[in-house]
Amino acid sequence: MSYLTLDRVSHYYFSKKQYTEALHNISFFVRKNEFVSLLGPSGCGKSTLLSLISGMLQPAEGEILINGEKMEISDIEIGYMLQQDYLFPWKTIIDNVLIGPKIRKRQTGELKQKAISLLKEVGLENVAEKYPSELSGGMRQRAALIRTLITEPEILLLDEPFSALDFQTKLKLEVLVSDLLKAYQKTAVLVTHDIGEAISMSDRIILMSSHPGRVAKMYEVPVELRDESPFLVRKHPKYGRLFDKIWADLNQQNQTVNPLEENES
Amino acid sequence: MNGPKLFAAYQQKLRREAKIVLTWQLSILVLFFAFWEVASRLYWIDPLLFSSPSRVFISIWDRLVQGSLLGHIQVTLLETILGFLIGTIAGIVIASMLWSFHRFAKVMDPYLVVFNAMPKVALGPILIVALGPGYLSIIAMGFIISVIVTTLVVFAAFHEVDQNYLKVLRSFEATKWQCFKEAVFPASLPAIISTLKVNVGLSWVGVIVGEYLVSKQGLGYLIIYGFQVFDFTLVMSSLVIIAILAAIMYKTVEKIEQMLIRK
Ligand SMILES: Nc1ncnc2c1ncn2[C@@H]1O[C@H](COP(=O)(O)OP(=O)(O)OP(=O)(O)O)[C@@H](O)[C@H]1O
Ligand SMILES: [Mg+2]
Repeated sequence: MSYLTLDRVSHYYFSKKQYTEALHNISFFVRKNEFVSLLGPSGCGKSTLLSLISGMLQPAEGEILINGEKMEISDIEIGYMLQQDYLFPWKTIIDNVLIGPKIRKRQTGELKQKAISLLKEVGLENVAEKYPSELSGGMRQRAALIRTLITEPEILLLDEPFSALDFQTKLKLEVLVSDLLKAYQKTAVLVTHDIGEAISMSDRIILMSSHPGRVAKMYEVPVELRDESPFLVRKHPKYGRLFDKIWADLNQQNQTVNPLEENES
Repeated sequence: MNGPKLFAAYQQKLRREAKIVLTWQLSILVLFFAFWEVASRLYWIDPLLFSSPSRVFISIWDRLVQGSLLGHIQVTLLETILGFLIGTIAGIVIASMLWSFHRFAKVMDPYLVVFNAMPKVALGPILIVALGPGYLSIIAMGFIISVIVTTLVVFAAFHEVDQNYLKVLRSFEATKWQCFKEAVFPASLPAIISTLKVNVGLSWVGVIVGEYLVSKQGLGYLIIYGFQVFDFTLVMSSLVIIAILAAIMYKTVEKIEQMLIRK
């Protein structure tokens, strides 16, 4: 059953002198509780796609349905973590994390306890009262992740949430996120550059190509890998096979796209 | 190992630097007054026009003792503070309105620019006709001189706030007002504070000019009066008092800044 549906979605960016077709005729769907990753070269429209799903941007053509309803009338909560952390520099980490509940006027002492325990989970309990400028890039990214998770959205949109992290922290957070998603039965769309991350976290992977952004390929992640923790997945023989396949497809894309780009410029 | 030692050395260096700067500042002040005094006594400058520090201080002291000066100071200070507050607050409110009604902002843009470029003190006579030759027109002068520039600067600051902060808030379904309160206003606070600082100076200009034109009281009136009766010591005294008061006001704004903005 399809939960999130994109039906022939295209999107353009306009400036005074020209326009860019960022996405062309994108159709796919995500099932409830499914974890889908978007892979693709830089500039292929992954962030744009997430903005469209979040409702931040309206698609120029096509439509997006959530649970069979149009975005505007659907009251299903969507959590969106932007590509950069965008923590408010004038708020402490704990206040940053609690901004969602504050906006929705659902601030309680309980929620604050939850925020603190989530911060503890990602190793930030000591910096709760500090300001974002006093934190490292990776710490800020973790805080932004908690800010998105705290409102327990039904659908999570994550734009390269782990890109500024060291390998160990990254694995730890991958485990945390996939555990949370499984525990609470959430649906998620993850944008990443990291093929390994895509395989180890998702049920399905969508490979995109650029100029304009399209869906190039789709991969089902083998069932054996899905319930494995992100760390163990990376050791599984089927992991290597899928990795090589995606890698080959990505390289092929580069070969066919690059000459075109040179002709254009 | 060396951490504490180096930190102590660093702190000492900071303190020493602050001391050196303060010493220089005080020396310049003392030198300025000393030079003024000497120059006046030795007739390098005309003592009738430029007076001298000793005469200025005696004049201030006499008038303080007589009790007449305090009244003048009170009047001008009150007018200035009112003009400053009304001008600044109105500027911020108008800027917020421009921010929330985008098309209104675009429509108003040329009018604001023209009005801003115009020398506001030229409106003095019109204000006097409209509001009467009293406090009201003087305060209006202090207001009108700062309100437009405040509007423009603050609106520009609102406009430049990174849209992605608003994106974060909108992902939590924030209303426009919540976006303003949580992101746009706090992000613009540094710009707002710096317009406050500029406005301190501007509202003094507006009020003193206003007093030149109409009043029977206040420091601006004292300057004009001193000029008319050729008492330049009185003119100088008023200038010294204005300088001190404006500096105090500026420092107050700086204190507010430190309270509002975490450094
Ligand atoms: N606000 C904007 N105005 C105009 N063009 C834009 C805007 N945002 C993105 N684009 C263009 O749309 C295309 C897709 O951008 P997008 O940010 O979605 O890519 P991306 O896949 O997320 O890239 P990356 O992996 O580098 O984050 C790019 O060609 C970009 O230049
Ligand atoms: Mg992106």
